[in-house]
Parts: sequence; structure tokens; C-alpha cells
Amino acid sequence: MMDAGRHPNITLLTNSEVVNVSGYIGNYKAVIKKKPRYVNEELCVGCLQCIDGCTYKEAKFPDEFQMGLGKRKPIYLPFAQAAPQVVLIDPDRCIQLKTGKCKKTCAEACDRKAIDFEQKEETMEVAVGAIVVATGYQPFDASRLPYYGYGKYPNVYTALEVERLTSASGPTGGEVILRDGTHPKNVAVIHCVGSRDENTNRWCSRVCCMTSLKLAHLVRDHTGARVYNFYIDMRTPGKAFEEFYDKLLAEGVQFIRGRVAEVTDWAVKPEEEGKLIIRAEDTLAGVVRRIPVDMVILSTGLEPQADSAQVASIFGISRSAEGFFAEAHPKLRPVETNTDGVFLAGCAQAPRDVPDTVAHAGAAASMTIALLNRGEVTISPTVANVEEKLCSACKTCLSVCPYQAITFIADKNVATVNDALCKGCGTCVAACPAAAITGRHFSDEQIVAQIEALLREPTTAEGARP
Amino acid sequence: MSFEPRIIAFLCNWCTYTAADAAGVARMEQPANVDVIRVMCTGRIEPMFVLKAFAEGADGVIVSGCHPPGDCHYTSGNFKTFRRMPLLENLLAQFGIDDGRFHWGWISGAEAPKWAELARSFTEQVRGLGPLDWRAQIAGKEG
Repeated sequence: MMDAGRHPNITLLTNSEVVNVSGYIGNYKAVIKKKPRYVNEELCVGCLQCIDGCTYKEAKFPDEFQMGLGKRKPIYLPFAQAAPQVVLIDPDRCIQLKTGKCKKTCAEACDRKAIDFEQKEETMEVAVGAIVVATGYQPFDASRLPYYGYGKYPNVYTALEVERLTSASGPTGGEVILRDGTHPKNVAVIHCVGSRDENTNRWCSRVCCMTSLKLAHLVRDHTGARVYNFYIDMRTPGKAFEEFYDKLLAEGVQFIRGRVAEVTDWAVKPEEEGKLIIRAEDTLAGVVRRIPVDMVILSTGLEPQADSAQVASIFGISRSAEGFFAEAHPKLRPVETNTDGVFLAGCAQAPRDVPDTVAHAGAAASMTIALLNRGEVTISPTVANVEEKLCSACKTCLSVCPYQAITFIADKNVATVNDALCKGCGTCVAACPAAAITGRHFSDEQIVAQIEALLREPTTAEGARP
Repeated sequence: MSFEPRIIAFLCNWCTYTAADAAGVARMEQPANVDVIRVMCTGRIEPMFVLKAFAEGADGVIVSGCHPPGDCHYTSGNFKTFRRMPLLENLLAQFGIDDGRFHWGWISGAEAPKWAELARSFTEQVRGLGPLDWRAQIAGKEG
């Protein structure tokens, strides 16, 4: 991100949203809404004096990057490596932006006078030749499965939350602790939460087995806790992944094959008092187990972004059944979409891990650069064509064309199709009352011939279709 | 010999044709009565094609494309279909073709099971209506 931000040919627009796209390959126009951050990006150098200067002496709002486990102030840097290194103000939290009655101590603290409470949302239009859609995924909301107790029992965490707990830059400085500050002695990792499940998402989210293994290893390493993994199948394809699984088996991490039925705090034995009790079938041993633990980690699956339908419609791309963006071909064209000049990268297309995402994004970047460098494109021959002698100059076609590909030549009193703009949908062909427009490869004659051929009389003795 | 209806389906390349293709690849159960004619967009489908299919002996016709509003690969071709097909329905009624023989609607590329279900249910519906033999009807009236 930092490299991208510094590159002279890359303009990084953060906190911004593409709201409309028009045009075609090589000539797209994107309308971008740049939301106000209330800090002048040109002036801010990321010294963070303003955060110290904020009227709120203590950070008291949930920090999104820390999955709500840490706190931040209304003026904040989203995360340590954020690009650009420029702070922003949360308008829903800032006293000045909410009420207009703050001492504005953050602005006083800023030597460079970068804080601008008057900043407004900007709309800009940029001309682009190609588009890469890399809008990512959203984690499955674990509270949708009430029997795992997320949101009910404080020590039931999602994998991303524990990821923050194990991180040196996390809210606990890398210490894996429970809500009461103690270290867990027994930890359960539940795989496939919101994946491979008829009731939620049917697909395998692909990365969570390895995430679970990594967290199992880190939690055990940090706390010495006994870690139980509850899995359906271990899916560890990838370089050195199976070896990592072997290493965990050798380390003594427990693996129990079976989907967890429920997580409760209902103790029936003295040693279960105050613990979270996992009830799960051990399908390899053929028994139902009750295992008391201190901490539960839910390995949540990957889902399409909630607004993926809206994004698909903005960029004119389609989605697969589960809602991820659809590639042009599952094997041969995995980064292209059916819309020329729009490419996909990463989890917006399907769940994938970091190495695969880097490879996918690299492919999207290469295809984009190859396209732009070539400077010209091969277009489909499936275009409409006006037979000038038949054209009655009614201009019906002009109004139905979604691409403004048809122009009217006043001198000759006929309509004409621009081959470069025409995408061959055939709407004008169907609309032309004079039948002057032919859709190449889909002409009336060709389609009628297909109808006739399909409906010709049966020839076999039994009357079956030939 | 039991009656096997003949059904012609005009499908757009990007949505319903993709769904039908996926249904085939996934080996979903579908009757062999439905024959598909691919067009790039439902906006290309002239009402004449539907009439021609009936005149050539089809017992049922399907027109299916991308969900409005936003799914159309060509922005607005499905809207043209949305306006043309109700008019065509009126015309078919005047020509004495039963309601249940013509279906138009939307199935996205992601809805392969929906396509297979439509192929099955529509075939059964047309089977229930019996042979149309529209050409003979017209010839009879003219004669």
C-alpha cells in the first residue's frame, strides 16, 4: 500500500467510493465520491500530535481495526501502516462535527494547520481505460449462529479478534488474555463457522483451516494452553501447509473430527463451573464429548460484501450464485469479467488466501497493463449493420441503443452504426420497423433457420425426435 | 404414442443461457423437450420469432433473460423485453394461443436450478395443454 501510495503513476484515493461508471473498454468514465476526512491530506505529515491534543483525553470509541477490542479517539489513524499516513476524523464521534461546540484542541495541536472542519464531500470524474474490482469479502457474522454463543458469552471470539490478540500491534500488545485479563488454559477452535453449512453458506471458505491452525499454534505458543480443534475435514492444500498441520499434530494440539453442536455455560460437573462447555460428536471415536474450555475461537467463513449486488450493477459485471463476482471463465479467464476492460482481483471473486490473492491481483494488473499498452482492442464481429437502402430515417434505433453507437447522417438521411461502440445486443435490430438493420451472426434469417430446423417433422418410425 | 411437447426457448447469452449451460454442466435433470436458441440479449428477440416458432409447430415458447433492473449485460435490453412481451401476450390471446404456452421472465446466470425447474414445470404445463398445431388451426380457418 505504501509503495502504491508513493508511486508517481498511482493516485491513491482512500475513503472514496465509485458511484457510477459509464463508457467502454479503453474509455471508461468513473464518477468518484471522495468523502471528507476533515484533514488536509497535502498538509498532514502523520505526526499524530492531534490525537494527543484531542479533547477526549482517553480513547473511548471501539477501534474498527482492532475488531472493537481496542479503543480509539474521534481523530485517529486507521491502523499503524495505513496509507496514506494521514489521520481522519469520525464525524459521528467528533464533538466539533456533531455539535460545533468543541475547544478544537486537536487543531491547536497541529503545527501545519491541516485540520479542516469545513471539508466537504467532493465528486470527481476520471477517465480510465480499465478497471480492477478488488472489493474483498466480509467475514461471516458469527452471531447468526446463536448455538455458538457469540455475543452472549464474552469469551467466545471470532478468528479475526484472536488474530488481533496475538498481534504485537494489537490491543493487548500480543498477549492472549480473556476478558477478565487472565490467560486461557483450555481453548477450543471451531472450524467452518458459516462455511460448508446448509443453513448459512454452502461453500468452503478455503482459508479458515489454515487460519485456525495458525491461531491454534500461536495461542498455544503464547499461553501454553491446551488447544482443541473441532473440524469437519482438514483442508490444507498449498505449499508447506500440510507440513504445518503435521507440525501441530506433533506439537500436541488436539484435533477432534466433528461439528460442534453447541457452546454453553451449563455446568453439570464441578470441573465445568465457570467454563464454556463444548458439546460435539467425535466422529472418529464415535462418542459425544463435553469439553470445558476458557476460550472459544470461531473460525468464521468468508462472504461476499453486503453491497456486492450494487457494486456489480455499477461496474456492469455479474455475480455467481453465492454472490461473489463472476469471472468470464472459471478455468481459462479467472481475472476477466464478461465486461471488457473490467478485471477482478482477490476475494471479491472467490475466497482465497494471501499468496493466491497476490497472484490473482498480479494477473489482473498484468492484464490491465497489457491492454493499455496495446492501445487497441480486438472487438467482436457481432455488431449491427444498417442497410442504407432500406433505412427509412425514422430514428427509432437511435433511441433504443444503450451505447449511443448509432448516429444519424443527415446528408444521406440514414442511420449508421459505429462498430467500435456497438456491442451487438441486437436491440436495434429487433426495433427497426423497416428491417433495415441486420445483427451480424444473429440475423433474422439465421434465427428463423434455427427455429425451422428445431421444429422440423420427426422422421423415425416411433415418431421420436430426430 | 404419448404426446411430447416441443418447446423453443429464446435465451440471452449472459444470463439464462449461462444458467442453462451451467444446469447442463451440473447434470441437473431437465426434459429434452426444450430446445434453446441463443441470442445475445432478450432485446434482440422480435415478437415475430415467437410467432414463427408457434407457426412452425412449437407447443410452447420461453423467452428468458437477465433480471431487471440492473442485471442486463447491455444495460437496458431486458427493459425492451419487459415492454414487448406483454404486448405479444395480448396478440397471442387474439390468435387463440392459450396463456400457458408462452412464458417470459428472468433467470440470472447464477440460477441454474431455477432454469432446470422452469424447463421441467413448463414442459409439464404444456404437456397438460396438449398439442397446439397452430398452423393447422390457421389453415382450417382460412380454408
